[in-house]
Amino acid sequence: MDKTALAGALGAPSAFGQSQFAFMRGNAFEARVKGDGGTELLRLVHDRLDPGAEPPAEAPVPDLAAIGPEGRAARTALALREATGAAAWTLLDHPMLALDVAGSPAFLEPDAVVVHPDGSWTVVEIKSFPMLDGAADPAKVGAAARQAAVYVLALEEVAARLSPAPRVRDRVLLVCPRDFSNLPTASAVDVRKQRAVTRRQLDRLTRIEEIADALPEGTCFAPDRPAEELAAAVEAVPATYAPECLSACELAFHCRARSRAAGAVTTLGRSARAELGGLATVDQVLAAAHGEAGDPADPAVAALRRAAALRAEALDALETPCS
Amino acid sequence: MSLIATLAQLEAVRAGRARPAATVRHRHLSDRPLVFVPLTTAGEAGAPLGALVGTDRDAPRLLVVPQPRDRDLRFAFLAELADIVLPYVESYTEAVEAAERTETDPETGKRVKVEVDLCADAAQVIVPSRAGVDFVRLLGRSMRFRRTAEQDPETPHPAPPRVPLLGRWLTHYGERARVPGSSLLLAMTDLLGRHWATGQSTLEDQHLGALLAWIDPPEDAPSGAEAALRAELARDADGQLLCPPAGPATDPAFDNRLLAPAIERYDRARTALAAAEDGPAADQRLGALTAAEREIRALVASRTRPTWDAVWRGLDLLRELPAGAHVEERWTRDRWSFTGHRDRILAGEPPQPRRDDAVTAANKLATREREQARLDAQEALDDPLVMAGRRLAGEAFAGEVMDVVMTYSEGKRPAPRPLVTVRTEDRPRLGERVKVYRSLGGRPQSAEFVEQAAEDLVVLRIVDKMGRGKEPEAGSVPEKGDRVCFTLFEHEQRGGAKLPDPERTPWTHGGPPGERAAVPEAPDPLTEEDVL
Repeated sequence: MDKTALAGALGAPSAFGQSQFAFMRGNAFEARVKGDGGTELLRLVHDRLDPGAEPPAEAPVPDLAAIGPEGRAARTALALREATGAAAWTLLDHPMLALDVAGSPAFLEPDAVVVHPDGSWTVVEIKSFPMLDGAADPAKVGAAARQAAVYVLALEEVAARLSPAPRVRDRVLLVCPRDFSNLPTASAVDVRKQRAVTRRQLDRLTRIEEIADALPEGTCFAPDRPAEELAAAVEAVPATYAPECLSACELAFHCRARSRAAGAVTTLGRSARAELGGLATVDQVLAAAHGEAGDPADPAVAALRRAAALRAEALDALETPCS
Repeated sequence: MSLIATLAQLEAVRAGRARPAATVRHRHLSDRPLVFVPLTTAGEAGAPLGALVGTDRDAPRLLVVPQPRDRDLRFAFLAELADIVLPYVESYTEAVEAAERTETDPETGKRVKVEVDLCADAAQVIVPSRAGVDFVRLLGRSMRFRRTAEQDPETPHPAPPRVPLLGRWLTHYGERARVPGSSLLLAMTDLLGRHWATGQSTLEDQHLGALLAWIDPPEDAPSGAEAALRAELARDADGQLLCPPAGPATDPAFDNRLLAPAIERYDRARTALAAAEDGPAADQRLGALTAAEREIRALVASRTRPTWDAVWRGLDLLRELPAGAHVEERWTRDRWSFTGHRDRILAGEPPQPRRDDAVTAANKLATREREQARLDAQEALDDPLVMAGRRLAGEAFAGEVMDVVMTYSEGKRPAPRPLVTVRTEDRPRLGERVKVYRSLGGRPQSAEFVEQAAEDLVVLRIVDKMGRGKEPEAGSVPEKGDRVCFTLFEHEQRGGAKLPDPERTPWTHGGPPGERAAVPEAPDPLTEEDVL
């Protein structure tokens, strides 16, 4: 499903987009890192992750071209198997991996996967944000680590089908431009935590069939449908909006509008929701705070009334400040 | 976030307008701040695209890099920026007042008072958003290790003369911005968010246009909420945001539809000019180049001017609030910081290192912790609304004095130890002999918790600030019927244990700086295609 088109059809277009400057810069950097048969990239993997192994030289870069994502994934699995037995460095440029997400396969394309001489596999993520004096923006590194963790999971599925199953390293290589130059530098990032979190989230995801079964007959998300019909269709799929959605989901603006119209407290943030106990809407909270509703024995209600009284006192008594 | 803050947000949702989150202004605002609205090129680390900068809201200086990948054009931009920012900063370095500072005498090792200069005021820089603060730090980092032709005649790409100096000042301002409560470099979104609660999440409050729309909606808007939504999302027929992001990042739609074609025209005009064979042709092509450059300038101006106006509008709103009582004191600390950096530059010290040594890092961390505690205490004392939050959290209580009983301490010279009974509806977390403090003419007076006489009655024993005599000085003991407010937190922060001098740093903490520190840091290596 094309969520961007759907959001546009709902009248709440997503604000995602990439500047062509960033796009060009990212591509140029990746090409530079992988240039010359991946010599520089393999050197970085050897240096940062596996200094005990023999230094890489003239590593093969198998051709992974095939028709369709399934074909490319199969080709990748084959190349991985061949490389694992070779006891040498191998670089897989843009392999294709499949991961089961809630019952349907999702195809993933890491920047590169390196097979070590000992047969273990490493995910390589190439990013164009800089590593300044050895440190990069933690938010961006975190996002890259979460992304790489998904690739690790997908690789593990491939590995599990081989016997003996090769080891997928839980430290990935993050390659970034160094300081203000476009020379690559790299850092090993431990993604065990992100991997565990993603694994758990994937296991807990409701199966797509179950979601589909719960939908009313004839629900359709085609963007050419009228907006009201689409809104009803989207409404039929349960979703809980929180401000974090804005940076992750194309439909966030639509969900936010719905959530605001419903007066949901979560639009102000998950933490706000957490401290208000069972009160989920703005009206409920304000009514409870001003003593119009709610059970005074409920600690959340009592705390709210106290907060409202203290706030009113402070705002009223501006002329007699507390000293 | 405290429940009171959440409640303020909910009130804002219902009212459709921002609600006050403070009753006084908690940050110092200069009479003549320098506003800096930078834009950067997407995907490039610290390749500025342009900026509006200046101290006069009606006459900002527009600086533009028509081709951000061109090193010479970037240097020209930075040189221009230095010519605006440095005279502004230096206009505050001359006027000084005498002040005292305790220093360790190098010969005797004793703590002695030394008379030193303290700048009478300091330069203040305001950027639109937190990302702008990071950009100032990044610019500082990119410039301070540059070498000028004078420093190093061999350098292949000498930086304009004053650029490294600007880098050092921006680095200092970027570092200072990490100290809680400091006001040398401020982000407008942080300032507004500190003083008003909007009906949107703090994440959405990072959008200056939307934040301002909640606080001060335009006259034709039905509510702040709708004005904010419009500021966030509304686009014109061309697909461009009506309220451009406050930067330094630009909207991808702007990059792709307007900026990229304009830069491409500029590049073509430049290539054509370089290929011109005779004078008349060159003149004509120079005209085309100038036109292309003018176009980019207009584009940059169109994206920065709304933000520039928003920052000044925000300053107007903040100036309407009276300054908190402790704001001046914290600004004095900023002036010390400013003066210290001025002295380091005058003394010819090298630029700030890429990585702090162990002692510097530990000192910085300790300072930030201390200043955070100081800020928390001072904001509560200055502002009843902040104090209300502390009272709700059980860290303070206010009430009426019901009874005062005079008692005396035991010992040779009995001193007054009056017992004060306070009736309060607050629920402070008091335990046996917990110390509490109240402000007495700006100085903290301490008391001890004695007992909880009833659910709403607290008995305290006042222990100091009553003079030396047997009878307490007039006004030093609360009287029956007085409104009092005691805090469980201290009003003034004591510094922690002093760290050893750098020369005496133990090896467990990196050891003395040694010879490595004596070598000035090398400039960044230059590569063919590098940016900045």
